[in-house]
Amino acid sequence: MNRLAPAKNEGFAGFVLWSVAAFIVAVFAWLMADILIHGAAQISWDFLSTAPEKAGRRGGILPILVSTLLIMGVCLLAALPIALGTAILLAEFTPEKSAFGRMVRRALDVLAGVPSIVFGLFGNAFFSVYLGLGFSILSGGLTLACMILPLLIRTLEAGLRANPARDRLAAAALGLSYGASLRHILLPGAAPALLAGLLLGGGRAIAETAALVYTSGYVDRMPGSLLDSGRALSVHIFDLSMNVPGGDQNAYASALVLIVLLFIVNVTTAGIVSRWRKTGLAI
Amino acid sequence: MSTVPPLTDFVSTKIAPAKKQPVGLIETKNLSLFYGLKQVLQSVCLPIEAGKITAIVGPSGCGKTSLISTLNRLTDLIPDCRISGRVLFEGSDIHAPEVDVIQLRRRIGMIFQNPAPFPFSIKKNICFPLREHGIKDRKEQTERLETVLRDVGLWDEVKDRLTQNALTLSGGQQQRLCIARALALKPQVLLMDEPCAALDPLSSAVVEDLIAALKEHYTIVIVTHNLAQAKRISDATAFFWSQNGMGRLIEQGGTKQVFEAPQNALTAAYISGVRG
Ligand SMILES: Nc1ncnc2c1ncn2[C@@H]1O[C@H](COP(=O)(O)OP(=O)(O)OP(=O)(O)O)[C@@H](O)[C@H]1O
Ligand SMILES: [Mg+2]
Repeated sequence: MNRLAPAKNEGFAGFVLWSVAAFIVAVFAWLMADILIHGAAQISWDFLSTAPEKAGRRGGILPILVSTLLIMGVCLLAALPIALGTAILLAEFTPEKSAFGRMVRRALDVLAGVPSIVFGLFGNAFFSVYLGLGFSILSGGLTLACMILPLLIRTLEAGLRANPARDRLAAAALGLSYGASLRHILLPGAAPALLAGLLLGGGRAIAETAALVYTSGYVDRMPGSLLDSGRALSVHIFDLSMNVPGGDQNAYASALVLIVLLFIVNVTTAGIVSRWRKTGLAI
Repeated sequence: MSTVPPLTDFVSTKIAPAKKQPVGLIETKNLSLFYGLKQVLQSVCLPIEAGKITAIVGPSGCGKTSLISTLNRLTDLIPDCRISGRVLFEGSDIHAPEVDVIQLRRRIGMIFQNPAPFPFSIKKNICFPLREHGIKDRKEQTERLETVLRDVGLWDEVKDRLTQNALTLSGGQQQRLCIARALALKPQVLLMDEPCAALDPLSSAVVEDLIAALKEHYTIVIVTHNLAQAKRISDATAFFWSQNGMGRLIEQGGTKQVFEAPQNALTAAYISGVRG
């Protein structure tokens, strides 16, 4: 028994709580089961290693997988350093109550809540048109980076601020430079927050559709470079289920692949970050 | 207060004539300290003899921690903390622009009231600051690791678990690890802020013996609420008292003299346990 739960009056409130929890679990289980039942049969090595045919009704998803991974790669490579820099600036060099800090934080919180389609339109206008990147993996990845930045920055900042003051003082008292204590003490201390941010942000990015339709586009051929258009998995699923009659089977299979991919992202990030926490960041 | 003796009376004649500025000598001159607009130390003139243990005693909130934090410029880290007056280390002003604060803090180590080991292995706790101070040689690192752990009497307790997280040690062991970590950098001065306050009586006795043994090689400044401890281990004692919320140095001198023949009524009252 949970000792924190009130013993009395548990009747109705307890019933509501448990039903809500059961409902959520049931919906999730139903969703997974649906995707598994409809998708598992299509999954094969061929499906993963060949190009789509007939608008995706037949064939596999290899170019789409490659585009998805490239878009994610661009997104993380662009977002991580900016997020780290901004979070360090906010957490370490901006007093919590200063006008500048408050303004930046407010702006980030607003940005974090902006619907992804708005980021799509912005990405299209800025990266695709203004910077002339066109419909490309690069503009898609950069747009996603913009989209997940607020979240990454805010979680990282909170993680850095949560470092105990005594660690900072102890480090300074040993004559450690600020950079050294940042790399070996403060950043590893913020690793769980970084993990949470990466999972939330990475999850949002890999499942993103609206922002990519306008930026990395629909082209389902194998991308030759980052400047080629590439179709992400989620866009593929959307297209198959909405625009391609008879595409449902492969839509399910792609959805299953997407879920497995999400799972892999979760597990590897957790692994990397826990290693980093143990050993410190070796730069 | 007029009972503060002039500097010259205090600087021991044993050291002064031979070498003008003995290694590890610290002096504060008219040191005042403010947090924002609030003044917490007023015109402190305190000489700290080299190679001796100086105890700093006084009631809670009279600025003892603030005072020793100025000696290694740790107050630099506190936003809106401002000081006036001077702190001389071996004769030169530690706030002078050319002073390398990293080197200063390497030479003046500090131990905190609550043990503050870093959340990684015992070994890394000691070796990582060494590496950062340019001691990259593995052999030298392991030598120093063993030496300092032996110095603080921790070697036998931890030699088989050097790669374990330092936070798994007991409080007393953590505090000794912190002392070892400071010693590994071969400082000249150790500042200790109530190093036994968070420890049980047994660990406290171990750490106290350790401090007494360290005296031979280091200048030690120790803040303590434990008057008996101050009396047991220190050579000199400085008594602080807060007046109108401002900490002032009331009396200082040889420990024996301060405890047995205090010059100031406040000191006498505090020491006999009437106040504070
Ligand atoms: N960072 C800070 N900002 C503002 N005021 C502070 C700060 N640190 C300490 N003070 C104030 O300065 C005064 C002296 O504090 P300090 O910690 O130096 O006292 P102390 O003699 O070490 O006390 P204790 O024996 O309880 O450790 C106290 O009134 C305290 O509230
Ligand atoms: Mg204190």
